[in-house]
Amino acid sequence: MSTFEPHPDLPPPSTSVGIVGWLRSNLFSSWLNSILTLVAAYLVFLTVPPLLEWAFFKADWVGDTREACDSGGACWVFVGVRMNQFMYGLYPESEYWRINLAGFLIVALVVPLFIERFRWKLWLGLFILVGYPIIAFLLFSGGVFGLEHVETSRWGGLTLTLILASVGMAASFPIGVLLALGRRSTMPIVKSVSVVFIEFWRGVPLITVLFMSSVMLPLFLPEGTHFDKLLRAMIGIALFQSAYMAEVVRGGLQAIPKGQYEAAQALGLSFWKSMGLIILPQALKLVIPGIVNTFIALFKDTTLVLIIGLFDMLAMIEAALADPKWLGYAIEGLTFAAFVYWVFCFSMSRYSMALERKLHTGHSR
Amino acid sequence: MSDSKPDSAVSDTLMIEMRQVHKWYGQFHVLKDINLAVYKGERIVICGPSGSGKSTMIRCINRLEEHQRGQIIVDGTELTDDVKNVDQIRREVGMVFQHFNLFPHLTVLENCCLAPIWVRKMPRREAEDAAMQYLEKVKIPEQAKKYPGQLSGGQQQRVAIARSLCMNPSIMLFDEPTSALDPEMIKEVLDTMIELAESGMTMLCVTHEMGFAKTVANRVIFMDGGEIIEQNEPEEFFNNPQSDRTQLFLSQILEH
Repeated sequence: MSTFEPHPDLPPPSTSVGIVGWLRSNLFSSWLNSILTLVAAYLVFLTVPPLLEWAFFKADWVGDTREACDSGGACWVFVGVRMNQFMYGLYPESEYWRINLAGFLIVALVVPLFIERFRWKLWLGLFILVGYPIIAFLLFSGGVFGLEHVETSRWGGLTLTLILASVGMAASFPIGVLLALGRRSTMPIVKSVSVVFIEFWRGVPLITVLFMSSVMLPLFLPEGTHFDKLLRAMIGIALFQSAYMAEVVRGGLQAIPKGQYEAAQALGLSFWKSMGLIILPQALKLVIPGIVNTFIALFKDTTLVLIIGLFDMLAMIEAALADPKWLGYAIEGLTFAAFVYWVFCFSMSRYSMALERKLHTGHSR
Repeated sequence: MSDSKPDSAVSDTLMIEMRQVHKWYGQFHVLKDINLAVYKGERIVICGPSGSGKSTMIRCINRLEEHQRGQIIVDGTELTDDVKNVDQIRREVGMVFQHFNLFPHLTVLENCCLAPIWVRKMPRREAEDAAMQYLEKVKIPEQAKKYPGQLSGGQQQRVAIARSLCMNPSIMLFDEPTSALDPEMIKEVLDTMIELAESGMTMLCVTHEMGFAKTVANRVIFMDGGEIIEQNEPEEFFNNPQSDRTQLFLSQILEH
């Protein structure tokens, strides 16, 4: 009788691990894949080097006039010269510090939220949602504490984009949650009001909403009523996006098993407590990708305020392109706009992925 | 009403009273003229074929289902549309579900503390201490920091029992607590329930575990077609069933 001898662990064949293994399994696993790999490599070779050459190696970075742009690559001088307007719009130059201060303040307030051991997150979060907007508004608008008053029509550039986007997100999210709950309510009036609201705002293009808010709304208001244009745009964007948000959240609510509602009820939790403590935390976690999707769409949609005469970053770039001194640099201007929007949207996307990982509790129901 | 033999654990305080209770799902008449009185300390097992209305009946007791005719009085409070009464009763009545229904986004300890803190307004520290005591009672204090998804089915069901007990209920309802469990986990849950019964808790349990009925129950109720067909103390119920339907049911579940 031979005794049982355990086999020692052998190393895997060299062709299945390391770089060679990776190349084999990912790029050259079959004839078709090998051909596709080679074609793709050729396309990369055709496009990327010239792009890099235009954007970086042959580009002009320093100077004050278009004469500085003579190397044949991108003329980033144009963007550099106009940078202040892209960032601050028509805000008076001497008052830029107010915007910078508000920006610095929000960064300083948000950072502690990411510190694991920080204890007052809830209060800080509430302050950011309620207190900070007031401070920021007073800073931007002025007229108090000896600050010069700056009309909202002079707010612009990336500042305006960020104001519109953050107000839109902060307002559309809670409204959307309420509408989603309303649409699932058993109370007929609450339900029908929510359905009508959602279907109305979802059925109208944002551009129409903005146009109506700017052109038609004043016709219905009593003569002489002043209703700030920026505020109207904000309300329009918030209501429009909240309808989308409502449907995203409703998707999450529907995915929560009935047993969760029943368990919450059986423990004696009231409707709002069971929603706030049990149902929404789970439902919102499920629809983080959808929520961020809506936020990203909202961020980019803010560019539409251009048509009602608000000068967000894209509008400032458009205006700069029409400057006779800088004609012909549309590609640089728009590339810069695309880059800035991409950085913000990509950050949101990465943040949402990190959040999903963090909130994952290995649940199975 | 109750045919139970003199039982030292059972007092003559009425805990639940159902009088001529009817319920319909649309056109379907699920509960027909249910009359039931449950005394403090009783351990009642409810059995019957699926669709017989057993779950619906106990779910009416804490108003997860609404009855449409008749009266249900729990611990002196009548179940009506008045939200205050419903809340009052839900605080007194604990429920354990077939699929546990633990909250997956909260740890075991948080699951247990949630209702005492938010419904009973208990200070967090106190609620956590109480929760740990109940988790010890169901023999899983070491899992307190884990999430439900990391536990086995039997452990989850024991957590669910502890979660209900944390509200300090005077009545516990069990809706097929072992039906979703793998066979090797049924015992740990039943053991927990037996211990609970021995502590004098008033229990209503929908289950197919006839062994549990024989050892723990002081009364077994058989339901079919939305009616209570027969109720008796376990020995009589199993050895000497009165109605044909009960006999048929027992022969089907006990025959193998």
